[in-house]
Amino acid sequence: MLDQGSDAFVVFDKVQKSYDGQTLVVKDLNLSIGKGEFLTMLGPSGSGKTTCLMMLAGFETATHGDILLDGQGINNIPPHKRGIGMVFQNYALFPHMTVAENLAFPLEVRKLGKSDREAKVKRALDMVQMGDFASRRPAQLSGGQQQRIALARALVFEPELVLMDEPLGALDKQLREHMQFEITRLAHNLGITTVYVTHDQTEALTMSDRVAVFNDGRIQQLDPPDTLYEEPKNSFVAQFIGENNSLEGTVKELNSDTALVQLDDGGLIDCKPVNVKQVGDRTKVSIRPERVEYRSERFQEGAHLLKAEVLEFIYMGDVFRTRLRVAGRDDFIMKCRNAPDQIRLKPGETVNIGWMPEDCRALDA
Amino acid sequence: MSDTTTDDSPQTGPVLAADGTPLHRSLARALRRQKLRALMLIAPLLIFIIVTFILPVADMLYRSVENGIVSETLPRTVVALADWDASGDTPPDEAVFAALAADIQIAAEEKTHTKLGSRLNYENPGMSSLFRKSGRQVKRWDLETDGPFMEKFLDIDEDWGDIDVWRTIQTYSPATTSGYYLAAVDMQLGADGPEMRPENERIYLKLFGRTLMMSLAITLSCIALGYPVAWLLANLPMRTSNLLMILVLLPFWTSLLVRTSAWKILLQQQGVINDILVWIGLVSDDARLVMINNQLGTIIAMTHILLPFMILPMYSVMQSINPSYLRAAKSLGATDWTAFWRVYFPQTVPGIGAGSILVFILAIGYYITPALVGGTTGTFISNRIAFHISTSLNWGLAAALGGILLAVVLVFYWAYDKFVGIDNVKLG
Repeated sequence: MLDQGSDAFVVFDKVQKSYDGQTLVVKDLNLSIGKGEFLTMLGPSGSGKTTCLMMLAGFETATHGDILLDGQGINNIPPHKRGIGMVFQNYALFPHMTVAENLAFPLEVRKLGKSDREAKVKRALDMVQMGDFASRRPAQLSGGQQQRIALARALVFEPELVLMDEPLGALDKQLREHMQFEITRLAHNLGITTVYVTHDQTEALTMSDRVAVFNDGRIQQLDPPDTLYEEPKNSFVAQFIGENNSLEGTVKELNSDTALVQLDDGGLIDCKPVNVKQVGDRTKVSIRPERVEYRSERFQEGAHLLKAEVLEFIYMGDVFRTRLRVAGRDDFIMKCRNAPDQIRLKPGETVNIGWMPEDCRALDA
Repeated sequence: MSDTTTDDSPQTGPVLAADGTPLHRSLARALRRQKLRALMLIAPLLIFIIVTFILPVADMLYRSVENGIVSETLPRTVVALADWDASGDTPPDEAVFAALAADIQIAAEEKTHTKLGSRLNYENPGMSSLFRKSGRQVKRWDLETDGPFMEKFLDIDEDWGDIDVWRTIQTYSPATTSGYYLAAVDMQLGADGPEMRPENERIYLKLFGRTLMMSLAITLSCIALGYPVAWLLANLPMRTSNLLMILVLLPFWTSLLVRTSAWKILLQQQGVINDILVWIGLVSDDARLVMINNQLGTIIAMTHILLPFMILPMYSVMQSINPSYLRAAKSLGATDWTAFWRVYFPQTVPGIGAGSILVFILAIGYYITPALVGGTTGTFISNRIAFHISTSLNWGLAAALGGILLAVVLVFYWAYDKFVGIDNVKLG
């Protein structure tokens, strides 16, 4: 059994899902979400994240396994009795109702009195700063305004759990960033548990308490954003989250917290063994571009260095982005902060690059 | 100072194009060629529609009020009769009869008096034979010497002394008449203006009422039967729904006559359905159900025939409704029924409206099916129109009935636009 601590509000216990009886879309999902937590399911399309959300909402049934909400199995509870708020990708605001009617709908079906309804609708609209729009129709609102109404509608009946299915996908960049902030602020102020599905890793990193990275029907890693970024557990996560340099090689020496990897062109590098088991294993090492260093005074004593040829220098304002040829690959990226003492490398130059061994992670091949 | 202000002041009057002509005129010139070309493209269709649709309809509508035949055939009589007091109880004087003799003599030469007779016979039965008989006699008279004519006319037929005959001639002497329209609503022109016909001669109002009620029944049963099918079409997986769509469209590819005859075979008393019911034991052999040659037969057959016109608009509307609306409603706490009734159904109303307008308007003017399976109680007003066009040859009355039918359809259309809004109709 999974560890069901006292604060586990939502629990997926060995959940599997298949649509066609031949392939599993979700393979053995175990996940427990604490009360008040903001958890994001992140992954490429087809990774099973939306299916998990739909199972939680009750629109899909789990082929195997249990889903628990506040300690209760909800596999056989129909969606309308689960009391879970949901924000849909296309907002799904009822087009034939005004904004106020849309918000009053969940209260009406719960048979609340008229004055109660009006008070709650007003409070919910004020909460998303849309108090003046109560009598508008959804079609008369902009995308961002519709998004706010959809959010207010999902919250107006005070659910303890809110699900969001790529709610910001249709908005432009600036509005999206603003809404990211709004949603996290609301979720934390109200203390509601939120499960958020997205394929946008920036969104996942900036909004969540924890991120579950999905691929191929499994959770690849479940961690807070900083851990996820700095300590990816496998190549998929390293590649999917943020920008990443990946070099292939074979493990030469393996200690408890350091390893020596020989790259395919013969170069040697120091790494931290994460996902390698023995000497001779194939591995992909992962280094974040901003952890790559080329100035000799910053290297450790006795560190292994690699030769790199500068291919391109891109000025991006706050950072310099340099594309290098390293170990036979010409897509190796190095990012340096635009500081007064920073050197602008020129194409054709050759430099030695290196890094702290703990920043270079030897992962699965 | 004053110089700069005049230079900077906005131009008054029309905006000018670069060459100094007013902008709107040069725009119109630029667009003229385009408009002309567009007109040329639609010209064949436009001419076709004008010649085969608009002109015949206009002609028929004109026939429903046209009544030149009396004043053309009896010009002198009409003038002489103008002073006669139709509300009194004396027939017209000798001058009128002299004029009538002159008119009938010419008419008999040209053989138009029988036509007039049958026209006036619609209004006052018996006038056809009166004119035919008189024509034969009057031809032989000498207008100079044979007077006075009153006696002679009364000798031919004493009906010439009947006030009603003269009233009819006077009433229908203007070149246009409301008589056909009055007849179409079971009224007639009496001495004191329009009045209802005697109870036993009223048929058209009843027929109009029946046509409307049955069309309404057909529309409602189409909604009831079509809604679930349209829902299935919109929600089944692609392959299944394509197959279903073919089944829905299949009737379109079969002759109307074949489909109607098929219903005859199914519904008649010795037909398939009755046989099965008897075999099961639901109905005893001597109490077979009467399902054809009555209103039920017409409603069943026409519902079947018009069903695709209801399903297709509904389907196209339902297809555009995102399934996430239903999910949203359920996630907000609505039961399946509430989600359907409060969220899904209101969004399908435009489709129901479009289908209903289509089916109702088609049904109200339907002819073949009621004629074949309607018997005597299930016929429509259109069957009566056809009777007047091809059997009784009273085209004026047929045109008036058709005109009223057209007006009824337009009124329904207007009412629909007012209460539902024609912009809400989606045909696909």
